[in-house]
Amino acid sequence: MSNIKILLNGIIKENPVFVLLLGMCPTLGTTSSAINGLSMGLATMFVLVCSNVVISALKSLIPDQVRIPAFIVVIATFVTVVQMCMEAYVPALYASLGLFIPLIVVNCIVLGRAEAFAAKNRIVPSIADGIGIGLGFTLALALLGATRELLGTGRLFGLTLMPEEYGSLIFVLAPGAFIALGYLIALVNKLR
Amino acid sequence: MEYILIFIAAVFVNNVVLAQFLGICPFLGVSKKVETAVGMSAAVTFVLTIATIVTFLIQTYILDAFGLGFMQTISFILVIASLVQMVEIILKKVSTALYQALGVFLPLITTNCCILGVAILVIQKEYNLLQTVVYAISTAIGFALALIIFAGIREQLALTRVPEGMKGTPIALVTAGLLAMAFMGFSGIV
Amino acid sequence: MAKLQSTLPNMLLALTIICVGAGAILAGVNILTAEPIAASKAEALQNAIKEVTPPFDNNPTAEAWKAVTSDGDSLTIYPARQDGNMVGVAVESNTKKGFSGEIRVIVGFDNDGNIINYNVLQHSETPGLGSKMEEWFRTDKNRQSIIGRSLASGNLTVASDGGDVDAITASTISSRAFLDAINRAYSAYQGTDASTGATSPN
Repeated sequence: MSNIKILLNGIIKENPVFVLLLGMCPTLGTTSSAINGLSMGLATMFVLVCSNVVISALKSLIPDQVRIPAFIVVIATFVTVVQMCMEAYVPALYASLGLFIPLIVVNCIVLGRAEAFAAKNRIVPSIADGIGIGLGFTLALALLGATRELLGTGRLFGLTLMPEEYGSLIFVLAPGAFIALGYLIALVNKLR
Repeated sequence: MEYILIFIAAVFVNNVVLAQFLGICPFLGVSKKVETAVGMSAAVTFVLTIATIVTFLIQTYILDAFGLGFMQTISFILVIASLVQMVEIILKKVSTALYQALGVFLPLITTNCCILGVAILVIQKEYNLLQTVVYAISTAIGFALALIIFAGIREQLALTRVPEGMKGTPIALVTAGLLAMAFMGFSGIV
Repeated sequence: MAKLQSTLPNMLLALTIICVGAGAILAGVNILTAEPIAASKAEALQNAIKEVTPPFDNNPTAEAWKAVTSDGDSLTIYPARQDGNMVGVAVESNTKKGFSGEIRVIVGFDNDGNIINYNVLQHSETPGLGSKMEEWFRTDKNRQSIIGRSLASGNLTVASDGGDVDAITASTISSRAFLDAINRAYSAYQGTDASTGATSPN
């Protein structure tokens, strides 16, 4: 399989959110606006690509029986790096994503890709896989964030598109997250 | 009084699943039958309480004491992963009945983000040990409540006719949304 | 390269090396980012103080002191001085009476105890309802603005509690909590008892 194909596979055919239904916690928890969803997606993508590279490079050095703890340590390291860099350079974003940054560690997508792809493939395809799945995740989060922001507040990426009075606040709140995601998945199922 | 407030806030107002979006994977994954939902809830309650106490002690006596705050995520997740393994081994030795009831759920718990989430939250909220214990148990009860109610609804849902595109996860998510809306009614009582 | 076998020494060695490597990377990044993190926090506080006080030329954070409120809590007060003369103070206040969780505000008073401005530092009130407090209480409309008001004659309370501040529509609890934080700030600034005001904050 060529690297391009691996990349597209992650975005469309195996979209982590809409098709594989993985990583639901950050998907629902951080998408109250398009920009939050997008940033969370990018942070996860960074961790995914880095951990894929390292795990792919170290795969023959890690004995099978301890591979899961080893993977977790690698992933947690990159998550902490992201966490500290965000706190230092984009404190506002760090505050709004809050708890969900350290929780990237337990995002099933990251560990899942390490186990299913990076541990069996060479570095370059692993990078392609990381970018593909990461982009798919980012795209899904940005789409859900944009939907909720538009329906909830009438804005998109902070730009007012319709008067706020027309927005239905419930979409920014917790129930709206579940409902909007439910309908988006139904829509993707229909289009596929 | 303070502990009752923590309890009510964690179970109803800031329900871990429906308001804080932690532990969604098991919430959607093991909620097709009430029976499995009860098993999962029991396993989560068990591990969540122990894990939160252990991580709290590690934070206080090791990370804070030696200025190693940046190792928080990495040490917490390792502690949780090994704790789950230990609980599994001990349960197997001590009680076969309990192991058979909870055993299948234990490996799934490591990646249940409500365990790590609660462990980090109690540190952020600067709770003391007793508050931590109360908060951990209440959160677990909140998780159990949401999961079991949801499983009950989904058992009924399986018998109804659902439009083709909405079958499976979409209708489950919309149902969860309505449940979350119901739980919003609790907000403001503490 | 051949795959390492799962023998005990191999497993221990591999895990130890990975953990040591991870610890080293994190310690390095921690040292690199410690300074920017502290700087961005200090800058955020400095900006918040600037927004709520008259122009000053001292360093309020260096001269900050703790003052005790009527309910025994202590709040931080940042003095603003121009040419050595006190022009106002910024008080960092908080309340736990909010709809969900703690609300932290910083509020500025001039020398006569009038409110200059305020800034909500942290809250977790309902988005779109209670969260409107960030702008509501400084919007000059009806009786909703608290800018320029004096607390000398008593605590601020919402209209439904007999006060003269219009609460945020459909968010009376958040509004009450917000005013509670302001009242506490004034009480710390005065060092007097806030509960002796004309009406109780609740």
